[in-house]
Amino acid sequence: MDLTTLTYIFVGGSFALYFGIAIWAKAGSTGEFYAAGRGVHPVANGMATAADWMSAASFISMAGLIAFKGYDASIFLMGWTGGYVLLALLLAPYLRKFGKFTVPEFVGDRFYSSTARVTAVVCLIVASITYVIGQVKGIGVAFGRFLEVDYATGLVIGMVTVAFYAVLGGMKGVTYTQIAQYCVLICAYTVPAIFISLNLTGSPLPQIGLFSETEGGIAMLTKLDMVITDLGFKEYTAQKGGMMNMLFYTFSLMIGTAGLPHVIIRFFTVPKVRDARASAGWALVFIAILYTTAPAVGAMARLNLMNAIQTGEVGTVEGNLKYEERPQWFKNWEATGLLKFEDKNGDGRIQYYNDKNKDFAAKAAAWGWKGNEMVKVDRDIMVLANPEVAQLPNWVIALVAAGGLAAALSTAAGLLLAISSAVSHDLLKSTFMPEISEKQELMYARLSMIGAIILAGYFGLNPPGFAAQTVALAFGLAASSIFPVLMMGIFSKKMNSTGAIAGMAAGIGSTLLYIFSYKGFFFVKGTELMANTPANHLFGISPEAFGTVGAIINFAVAFIVMNMSAPVPAEIEAMVEDIRIPKGAGAAQDH
Amino acid sequence: MSDHDGSGYWAANIRLVTWLLVIWAVCSYGFGILLRPALDAMVPFGGVGLGFWFAQQGSIFVFLAIIAIYTKKMAQIDEDFGVHED
Repeated sequence: MDLTTLTYIFVGGSFALYFGIAIWAKAGSTGEFYAAGRGVHPVANGMATAADWMSAASFISMAGLIAFKGYDASIFLMGWTGGYVLLALLLAPYLRKFGKFTVPEFVGDRFYSSTARVTAVVCLIVASITYVIGQVKGIGVAFGRFLEVDYATGLVIGMVTVAFYAVLGGMKGVTYTQIAQYCVLICAYTVPAIFISLNLTGSPLPQIGLFSETEGGIAMLTKLDMVITDLGFKEYTAQKGGMMNMLFYTFSLMIGTAGLPHVIIRFFTVPKVRDARASAGWALVFIAILYTTAPAVGAMARLNLMNAIQTGEVGTVEGNLKYEERPQWFKNWEATGLLKFEDKNGDGRIQYYNDKNKDFAAKAAAWGWKGNEMVKVDRDIMVLANPEVAQLPNWVIALVAAGGLAAALSTAAGLLLAISSAVSHDLLKSTFMPEISEKQELMYARLSMIGAIILAGYFGLNPPGFAAQTVALAFGLAASSIFPVLMMGIFSKKMNSTGAIAGMAAGIGSTLLYIFSYKGFFFVKGTELMANTPANHLFGISPEAFGTVGAIINFAVAFIVMNMSAPVPAEIEAMVEDIRIPKGAGAAQDH
Repeated sequence: MSDHDGSGYWAANIRLVTWLLVIWAVCSYGFGILLRPALDAMVPFGGVGLGFWFAQQGSIFVFLAIIAIYTKKMAQIDEDFGVHED
């Protein structure tokens, strides 16, 4: 069967499954819409959290990032998984004990202030909207590529699909859909990785393959280092960035992960405090399957790509692949524009090397090379082209298509749910329209979900200039505002509302200011205060890594302001004591 | 539950979490980043060294172990202080 037919069958089949689940898991109450009725098993919740958290970027882009950054990409591997330790140990059990539906609700009640609540809603919506724009773009690109339709059509199909199951089922529908999506995406990711690892190292486990020997008895990573340094690239395993930036960046991603609202609300869905702890562990188990495979995929794909082009000894005429003899996958990806070749020296062969390396330039010139001829190698190709490069059957390629779509859809659904519950529950029901009935609130929850989908779709079709920068911003915002306020709410009995609000404002404000100073105010080109180069950065800390500093500023300001303002009321101290013990969690959820 | 029990439970909890966070920091920031060159030189492994392994895979396995230990120990502490759920 040809690839297009197979792709339609796989994608169509998985969509039918999501729709079926949505109809089966229709939400009938606000409890089901916001928290899936709190009946989700911790293992199931872990799986749903994994799908929720792993976006199209994790699925498609991360391995490519690792392939080209090598050791330096460890910040993403450690940062995005290490946050789950913080979630499990410091946040999830207490927020579950608190027993409400949303993150702003906790902030509002703990800091006995609707100003604090609305500040949290603003932080949440800004962080989630900026994040969802990136996801929606991913949906458009993924659908466009896999279903061979244009970007706008792909985006509309994707948004209608999400609308159907998220509006109907709320958290309940989204949870069970995400479980199905996890199964699809993890198979799609690991199956090609297993085959590539077998081909290269003989080990069926990519995690072991990465540190195994290739044919000829040379370790896989040693060989990769040799192959790329021969062509003027820096060693794969070497540290290229600054130490300080690496530490701060990793920490920023960790606390950003722990502060992302769409991940936190998933821990409200389990029956017990004990389950919230276990559930964070299960989430990390399911995430780790992909995240420990990714470095192997990155390194092996890079080696395969280099070997496919540099077929013989470097510097000999016969050593480079003839353009006429390029493999089929090369042609396929050229057609998408993600791979581009330009015959600079007119010899009909492909020279792929680092032409920015000055020491290497003289050698290259002596061989008659006139610059790197692979003028474009999009990082995303690394995962998507894998099955073709490894010559796997068409059904595997179709499976990867379904997996990429599942990753994008599940994260978008989770984010839209976080936004709609903040609007319907925190803004409408709790702040502006407290008299509405539960049935009306459920209706408003669905309406705000539709509103959020239309808004996200609009931004997807008319992407603002800053779309590419938004992920860094979302993490910075969550790291510098939401994580510290939750920590202080749980671990300090004395933290008062003025301190918390001042801390949030100072944390977000300083982070935004730092990002804007280097990237332009609201990312408008020309308004940046200085060039975004390591030499200009404060202590070498890049804007993406500044969330850590923002969080420190948040804590510091909060404690200074706390000491200058009225102490916490006694009943709030009692409430903090109550959320610290698991007993009585069942009662707290009835409200 | 008396106040005495409550603060004892919280202290036990904080002690456990502190230890686990120390391990969390040592394995990721320590082994994976700060001490990586020394660790690689000391324990060569898979063509690179143990520090590289910690940065790309090992720390993730340690994170999993930390949450598993935390879940188990906390259940025990909950029982010991009689604050567990029914």
